Amino acid sequence: MAYTAGVDVGSTQTKAVVINEGKNIIGRALIDTGANVIVAAEQAFARALENAGVQEEEVEYVVGTGYGRYRVTFGNAQVTEISCHARGAVEMFPGTRTVLDMGGQDTKAIRVRSSGEIVDFCMNDKCAAGTGRFLGAASSALGIPLDQLGPTALRAERPVRISTTCTVFAESEVLAWVGRGKKIEDILQGVHQSIAARSIGLLRRVGVEEEITFTGGVTRNVGMVEALQKGLGAKLNLSEDSHFMGALGGALFALDHLRTGRTPAAAGRLP
Amino acid sequence: MSHQEADGIVGRGNREGADLFRRWFSELERTAAEHGLTAYVFVMGSLCELLRAFDLPVVFPEINSLQTAVRRVAHEYLNQAEDYGYSPDICGYVKADIAVQLRGGEHPMGRIPKPSLAVLTNACNTYIKWAEIWERMYRIPIFTLDIPGTRAAGLQTWPGDADFENDRRYVQAQITELIALCERVTGRKFDIDRLREAMGYANEMSRGWKQVLEFNKTRPSLFNALTDGTIYLGVANGFRGAAEGGRYFTRLVEEMAYKAANGIGTLTSEKYRLTFVGVPCYPIFRRFNELFAQWGGTFVHSTYLWFASGGANVGFEYDLGRPLESLAEGLLVSVRDAMDSMFYPEQALLEMVDSFSLDGVVYHPIKSCRTTSAGMADNRRALMAASNVPSLFIESDMMDRRVVSEAQMKNRIDAFFEGLASRRQQEPAAH
Repeated sequence: MAYTAGVDVGSTQTKAVVINEGKNIIGRALIDTGANVIVAAEQAFARALENAGVQEEEVEYVVGTGYGRYRVTFGNAQVTEISCHARGAVEMFPGTRTVLDMGGQDTKAIRVRSSGEIVDFCMNDKCAAGTGRFLGAASSALGIPLDQLGPTALRAERPVRISTTCTVFAESEVLAWVGRGKKIEDILQGVHQSIAARSIGLLRRVGVEEEITFTGGVTRNVGMVEALQKGLGAKLNLSEDSHFMGALGGALFALDHLRTGRTPAAAGRLP
Repeated sequence: MSHQEADGIVGRGNREGADLFRRWFSELERTAAEHGLTAYVFVMGSLCELLRAFDLPVVFPEINSLQTAVRRVAHEYLNQAEDYGYSPDICGYVKADIAVQLRGGEHPMGRIPKPSLAVLTNACNTYIKWAEIWERMYRIPIFTLDIPGTRAAGLQTWPGDADFENDRRYVQAQITELIALCERVTGRKFDIDRLREAMGYANEMSRGWKQVLEFNKTRPSLFNALTDGTIYLGVANGFRGAAEGGRYFTRLVEEMAYKAANGIGTLTSEKYRLTFVGVPCYPIFRRFNELFAQWGGTFVHSTYLWFASGGANVGFEYDLGRPLESLAEGLLVSVRDAMDSMFYPEQALLEMVDSFSLDGVVYHPIKSCRTTSAGMADNRRALMAASNVPSLFIESDMMDRRVVSEAQMKNRIDAFFEGLASRRQQEPAAH
């Protein structure tokens, strides 16, 4: 049995998956990236191997992805997370034509063909507005854990309008609403709607075509899923493994390599 | 041709271009030291032919500004202009020039003389406001040439059409006024034979420029339109209407012919042929190109070489038998083309997908130039609707490194090439 792996080194978290020849995920790991990117990649890979019950030498090909892909020093190739999320999403949901990946400091909208080929993509500009970091700022300002943001927002009755697009200023705007006596639920719903609106803007730039698959760390936030679905007027494809979609795409590219004898189409070079 | 000659010809355009550039700036420094007269002009419609007939040295503030970015000191100039009161959103070229003026002409290439006159066109709105700054700063005359643009996409008029003749006469009337102004500023009488001579050199240059651009249809491409092309472009602007300028392009055509005959390209492995739309990213000029070259991508063409040469790519050649009429005709045709290259490039790009064997189109909208960037998203959509040629849209700036994020740029560029590679693997017969 041949195994491959994908290691997705994101700005906030590092994800690793090990898959078998049947393209099934048999091991996964998720850790905080921290300051040492190389160590984070190694640890995530080691934990995914342990979770899979597979020895490192049994993994025949590893693809590194994410912003730290060139720091996956044990990887055989590097592929951008744009290609990997698209590859993973189309594999998991073959009807996917649009992918929205929302991570720690990047949000990406990707339009794909049925073959998985990327037609167009766009990302948030040079700041973290409209990304997971924006939620982090709200969490910090309100003292509410990240995993409670979504459920709290869903209890809103009269959401406020968050007008700033700057993650840094968002914190002060949230505090200003607190000062005006607004309910936490309504403020958080405003935050979610603000991020959803910016993400939908990115999706429209590439052209929204159903089915839409939502990937990345923010998929675990039910409030964001709700805000996006409402804003788009469409249901999003979601899976328990949506957070691992980039790593899965990397592992699938690695499997493609084993099958075709080619370096993954998307393999890059070391800088 | 001997081996020695052959060795010398490859890369000659770059070497001679750099030499001419240094000479040009040392001449400007001398003019500054002697407090001599100069004309400030712009790349889109400089009318250097006419100014040379009055022996007026030309200063291109746009080129001065981009040189501060290439030499990695633009931030010092931009900060100074912003401290003076200019917003971060104002054109970076304007701000760097303001700082040059505030510093009494201090510039990394040498001292820049003050203007005695500024000549500009309406090809860029900012030109007009920019020249008004000098007008206030130095109390100099400024002259705006109003060049009629294309009335609708793809509907240009040409010599022989009544509408064209109306436009040409309108431009010629303005040139006549400019001649009178130049006479006043320089105290010299206009000499039509000097103009004719300068126009002859410009003809040699335009003929060569057009040929050089066409040469890059060759596979492998003979020059990189982004890096080498910008050197050629500098000569096309700074030496328009000068004997050295005409000769430079004749020799550049020789170089291209030699490289074409001997299959000498820019990359050892040219995998992807690209065109560039917009203004280069000067703060990381070489690195920007490397991000593409690493993947075997080379820029075989750039719309920058069209509009920033003032439309010299059209290859318009003046009729020296009727210089004033023909000067107006050439200015109209060329500047109009420069404007079309910024506003309607998809029409020409569509044709080039086949003629230049393009694998992709790279759009580079920049924060501080709305003129070249405003219509790009719409333009790209039009291109995508009419063709399935892949395109990339990456935003940065021509001057301001604060808005150039190399890591984010690399991610987008890598993903673009991954897509190109994937497409090529699925369509092996096409290559």
